Amino acid sequence: MSVTTNPERAAGRSDIVEAFKQAAWAAVAAAALSFPILLFRAGANINNMLVVRSRPLLVLGLVAAIFVARFFIVIWQSGRTTRVKSSGIGISPQTAFQLKALLVVLLIAYPFIMYWLTGPFGSLKWINNYGIQILIYVMLGWGLNIVVGLAGLLDLGYVAFYAVGAYSYALLSTKFGLSFWICLPLAGILASLWGMILGFPVLRLRGDYLAIVTLAFGEIIRMILINWTAFSNGYAGIASIPHVSFFGLPFEDDDTHLTFASFFHLHFMPIQQTIFLYFLILALALLTYFVTMRIRRLPIGRAWEALREDEIACRSLGINTTITKLTAFSLGAMFAGFAGSFFAVRQGFVSPDSFTFIESATILAIVVLGGLGSQIGVAFAAALMIGGTEILRELGFLKYIFGPQFDPVQYRMLIFGAGMVVMMIFRPRGLVSTRTPSIFLNEARTISGANVKEGHG
Amino acid sequence: MDLFLQELINGVTLGAIYGLIAIGYTMVYGIIGMVNFAHGDVFMLSAFIALLFLLLLTQKLGVTFMPLVFVLAALGSMLMTSVWNWAIERIAYRPLRGSFRLAPLISAIGMSIFLSNFVQVAQGPRNKPISNPFGRSITLTHGGQFNVTMSYSDVIIVVVTIALLAGFWFMVRHTSLGRSQRACEQDMKMAALLGVDVNRTVSLTFIIGAALAAVAGSLYLMKYGVINFADGFLPGTKAFTAAVLGGIGSLPGAVLGGLLIGLIETFWSAYFSTDYKDIAAFSILAITLVFLPSGLLGRPEVEKV
Repeated sequence: MSVTTNPERAAGRSDIVEAFKQAAWAAVAAAALSFPILLFRAGANINNMLVVRSRPLLVLGLVAAIFVARFFIVIWQSGRTTRVKSSGIGISPQTAFQLKALLVVLLIAYPFIMYWLTGPFGSLKWINNYGIQILIYVMLGWGLNIVVGLAGLLDLGYVAFYAVGAYSYALLSTKFGLSFWICLPLAGILASLWGMILGFPVLRLRGDYLAIVTLAFGEIIRMILINWTAFSNGYAGIASIPHVSFFGLPFEDDDTHLTFASFFHLHFMPIQQTIFLYFLILALALLTYFVTMRIRRLPIGRAWEALREDEIACRSLGINTTITKLTAFSLGAMFAGFAGSFFAVRQGFVSPDSFTFIESATILAIVVLGGLGSQIGVAFAAALMIGGTEILRELGFLKYIFGPQFDPVQYRMLIFGAGMVVMMIFRPRGLVSTRTPSIFLNEARTISGANVKEGHG
Repeated sequence: MDLFLQELINGVTLGAIYGLIAIGYTMVYGIIGMVNFAHGDVFMLSAFIALLFLLLLTQKLGVTFMPLVFVLAALGSMLMTSVWNWAIERIAYRPLRGSFRLAPLISAIGMSIFLSNFVQVAQGPRNKPISNPFGRSITLTHGGQFNVTMSYSDVIIVVVTIALLAGFWFMVRHTSLGRSQRACEQDMKMAALLGVDVNRTVSLTFIIGAALAAVAGSLYLMKYGVINFADGFLPGTKAFTAAVLGGIGSLPGAVLGGLLIGLIETFWSAYFSTDYKDIAAFSILAITLVFLPSGLLGRPEVEKV
């Protein structure tokens, strides 16, 4: 790309030629890439034999679209003298506090605003699909942030502990009739126990070896859940898990015994349970946040960050690296366990399908996109990624453009994957570029995220 | 004994496929230190491309001589998959070169999700079955509990893999490209200063990795006769496991790891239970790494202060 000297200069003739060249290249590349895989489609005919059908119009349209898009991107870029190095959002400690306070108030008000705007039935979707769903991932992101962002250990099997939490509640409640409020701490304890069991042998591994072993453990736990049918009912999963109660008062439309509605003299509505679930996950997520922030100031939390910065220095100073890593691992697992048992009580159904590697990858992507170690960034990234994919469910209007057999939902994960790539290219250091060290001289001040190491564990 | 021999044959053919995919992982890791998570999906894509070439050749062009069809389909798939992997590297990984470690990893995971869903959208979510023309088999032993057989496709897989590995080994050891690759692996900055075109070397590495994965994909399609858009993840993960087991960055290690994973999987299925074969492969990986933290043939990481 030619660098123009005058910033005010509009796109000149040479720029247009250049843009045309680049666009032609992109179009040729797109045409080459789509040659067999998109141009032809192998479908079964009536005799169940595979036959190919060609779709030249589709490929032509796509190539044309890429040509036009590339052309305008190059024109747009050549209008600038230098490419602005994207740096992300900087948040100073003072604005961070105000921002957090505002966010908490907004989050508390959110279900009521939605209820007021869309009514008792319309708001179900908004509170459930957007509110609760995003908050689950915020909580998981904060939990994984302890492991990846603070201690610098790359964990690709985080979803295993989420599964342990979910199955703990599902099994304990259906087999032994224990209530959610007893199972919630039990699920956390079991998950952190599993974190210790799995963590202990592998934490002396480093870097990508640790990553692949954690991935393997994640898959092992999922495969045990699939194959050990006597224990977990295999692929079919566990259904009819008891719903959450308001500290013992069930959310039911039943006059024979005391329920939430009758106790508070309300009419029964399903939205009451949803709002309660919303506040439950909000409380759990905030618990994760505050526990993490407090622990960062304890010796163990400082040891995590020191370990991320320089493991050899840590060992020389007498920090027990195994114990330090293990605490990070099991504490992160505990929060995943809480989130998992919440997931089970919210869905009323768990199956191994909910705990695939894609989930681990999504949570890790949230942590990295948010900016490793930045709590507020993780929350933003979760809202962006999960909220964004939920919004893709609402693209039904595209049916009017592309015809009724067009199904936008099948493009959801396609866009999700492409979005991950694009966001990494433009924000490799995460959305929030600043970090707040937990220790400082005289006054709290932020540092650039580039000064924070990512660890090798 | 018969069972052992039969499972040995099955294990080696499966391991050969894993080994071919694992080379792609280990080579990329050796050069740019990145776990290319999308490689399993590149393998799946290559099998789909081979399938389409196969159908085009038989249905549109009317070629009936099946060995020729398979060879042409595999070659076509090698070419097109190379173009794909070249484009993937250009778009998703090159802008992140020299960035911190997790950014390319997330980009690769995003690419993996994109590729599998792209194939799902482009080719539909159903299994694509074909019939195997090389399904006939040679009986090796008679008598005993059952006849030990080896199908023609097994023979083809083993022969093709050995031939490719020999050619590949020659390339890495004795050509200028192989020399640049080894130079980049040792010290990319220094290699660039000494006139090695790093970008070209990395691109070619991705192309070679894709070509080997495409061979694996074509052989997989030939042996199992079915492919699905979701088939990239598990073979990909196993191949990555194989690369790590052999010592990531080590080429002979990748092949050895692939063979071991293939053998563990088939022997476990034969002697214990099919359900837990993947668990067996992953558990052995975990146990091996606990005792040999840098894999079987990997160099131990030297910590410098």
